[in-house]
Amino acid sequence: MSTVVIRGEGLGKSYHRGALQQSALLRDHLSRALKSPLSIFRRPKDETFWALEDVSLEVREGEVLGLIGRNGAGKTTLLKILSRITKPTTGWAEIHGRVGSLLEVGTGFHPELTGRDNIFLNGAILGMRRAEIARKFDEIVAFAEVERFIDTPVKRYSSGMYVRLAFAVAAYMETEILLVDEVLAVGDVQFQKKCLGKMGTVAKQGRTVLLVSHNMASIQSLCSRSILLEQGHSVRDGATADIVRDYLSTFDEGNSGVVDLRSPAIPRAGKSTIFSSVEIRNGKGEVTSTFLPGDDLVFDFALDPPLVIKQPAVHIGFDDVMGRRIFSIGTPYSGVNWPVLDRPSVIRCVVPDLRLVPGKYSISICAGTVYEPWMDAILNAASFDVDAADYFGTGRVPPSELGVMLVPADWKICESVRPLNH
Amino acid sequence: MASVTARPPDDPGLARVAPETIALPLPSVPTTVRIEPPRGWLELRLQEVWQYRELLYFFVWRDVKVRYKQTVIGIAWVVLQPLMTMGVFTLFFGRLARLPSDGLPYPVFYFAALVPWTYFSTALQSCTSVVVDNQRVITKVYFPRLVLSLSAVVSGLVDFAIGFVVLLVVTAIYGIQPTLAALWLPVLLLLAVLTALGVGLWMSALNALYRDVHYVVPFFVQFWMFASPVAYPSSLVPQRWRWLYGLNPMAGVIDGFRWALTGHGVAPGPLMLASASAVMVVLLGGLFFFQRMEGTVADRV
Repeated sequence: MSTVVIRGEGLGKSYHRGALQQSALLRDHLSRALKSPLSIFRRPKDETFWALEDVSLEVREGEVLGLIGRNGAGKTTLLKILSRITKPTTGWAEIHGRVGSLLEVGTGFHPELTGRDNIFLNGAILGMRRAEIARKFDEIVAFAEVERFIDTPVKRYSSGMYVRLAFAVAAYMETEILLVDEVLAVGDVQFQKKCLGKMGTVAKQGRTVLLVSHNMASIQSLCSRSILLEQGHSVRDGATADIVRDYLSTFDEGNSGVVDLRSPAIPRAGKSTIFSSVEIRNGKGEVTSTFLPGDDLVFDFALDPPLVIKQPAVHIGFDDVMGRRIFSIGTPYSGVNWPVLDRPSVIRCVVPDLRLVPGKYSISICAGTVYEPWMDAILNAASFDVDAADYFGTGRVPPSELGVMLVPADWKICESVRPLNH
Repeated sequence: MASVTARPPDDPGLARVAPETIALPLPSVPTTVRIEPPRGWLELRLQEVWQYRELLYFFVWRDVKVRYKQTVIGIAWVVLQPLMTMGVFTLFFGRLARLPSDGLPYPVFYFAALVPWTYFSTALQSCTSVVVDNQRVITKVYFPRLVLSLSAVVSGLVDFAIGFVVLLVVTAIYGIQPTLAALWLPVLLLLAVLTALGVGLWMSALNALYRDVHYVVPFFVQFWMFASPVAYPSSLVPQRWRWLYGLNPMAGVIDGFRWALTGHGVAPGPLMLASASAVMVVLLGGLFFFQRMEGTVADRV
């Protein structure tokens, strides 16, 4: 029986919602204190929001544990607590062994420094010793396939090279425990396969891994055991296959098609909050979350920029239920003339003639400028269903097994068969 | 009956690789870590900071490398800035206002003060904003945040070293020889470092809570400069107020620097002990306050 390397009891994390909305400026506090001196003693009226509540877990040496749940369920919060990035409000945890946290790739990369410099810097930030990094330097560069550019500043790298290098450094961490948050989905498909392969090797080496991902395919292939989190609570803990099946079935409870994106529970990448809400409508303007192939898919995004954004851009990525990216669209590619975003606005996106196979889909969205699109980025911001229908009008309903898209094609039976040339 | 040491049964769930392939070096952090909500104020984890000393080196190296990569003038700016200030002071405070200068030529008088002062000013300001500037890193990886504050005060020392060399050149040009008292210099420098760190920790923790604090600091530093004998000798201060003036640790540092390098001016006296104790109190308080805030800083940036 292998030893328990991570044990947590009653872990909880709360945020004071009132405090988050209050000004973070000293001058506002001071001016308030001057205007009504007694008010500094009054506690702000706040709603305490529990991102994580009473979560207990035990992870044994060598286990690869999956953490799944919707946005805002508390998965990233749990990882942050176990990575010691933030302190829990209640409960305690004990970790035996060194922890490597992979919550982001390229943490600490500086654009002015070369690839070589950044490998050392990033490695040191992740907790590796200089000698260790030097020893693995060649392997890291080979894994990332950036040998020719290793001495150029990283600001000249393509985004693909950047993420490959960033992931390569992290992949060679030799800590006994790894906490990984959604970083397997970096780079192009070929590189993703390489990353998944490396994760698999890590798992087989007997290291303990906690993996958070929306990609059910990776969870199922890497994790034998999973924990399902819902609204801060741990609701299921057991064999991955069962839990994934139950989790996917919860998407059956339709959602209303309207999502409030201002909640602090929603994990966002990026530095700003631009999206306020998204509404999904059909071609007739009705709010809905169920569609048929051929329908028009309409998204209304309410945007509230914290500052003036010149050359703004919004992108939407469509993912299937397994977390695979089916397609993406964005304002720059659609030739939209949008010079500035400086006030709360609504942007409407119409995807005509929806050609997705039947299934459940989610959208990941980001907003920013044309050159820096990820100022605000939300994974799986909303979801919708596509039901089966006779899209081609042939009396046959194309099933979801066909693939990911419904594509019209012309078939013709040729009367005379030409013989093949020898 | 002979006893046999049973081999541990092969666990089918774990595909163990032979130990040589996982060449885990000696752990750099303690192997058991307990994570709990923050409790009380008296928690100082200094040995952890020692364990992360390589990371401190890397942060300093990054800051220095980036600063010098950005422009050719980056290297020159380290000396240009105090030299230009010295020029302005020599003209306005020296020639025009005729402020006294402890018998030293004006350029030496001002430059000997500006080199340590520039270090202090930059170290304090970068220490104040270092945590917020590195928010992306601290919200993704754990390391003792104190390492960042230390890197801010240490990377200033590199610039100081360059400025100091120029200072020696300037004193040589004016034919002034350093005395044996120059041995005091490391002590004085240490006092400046600890002052910058102590005040910087308070400012940095406050800045993480209230984002406008770092706008106040440059103004505060400017005021502090005029409360220190940079542009004028401390002999200008009336005898009655000399004790209050001496509580300013930078007063002792600046005076001491001038005296150690040139033999002119005020030697470090008992007032230095008072200001050094004040610095230690500020530093200890700053350390505790900073560590207390550390747990929730990642939630606020």
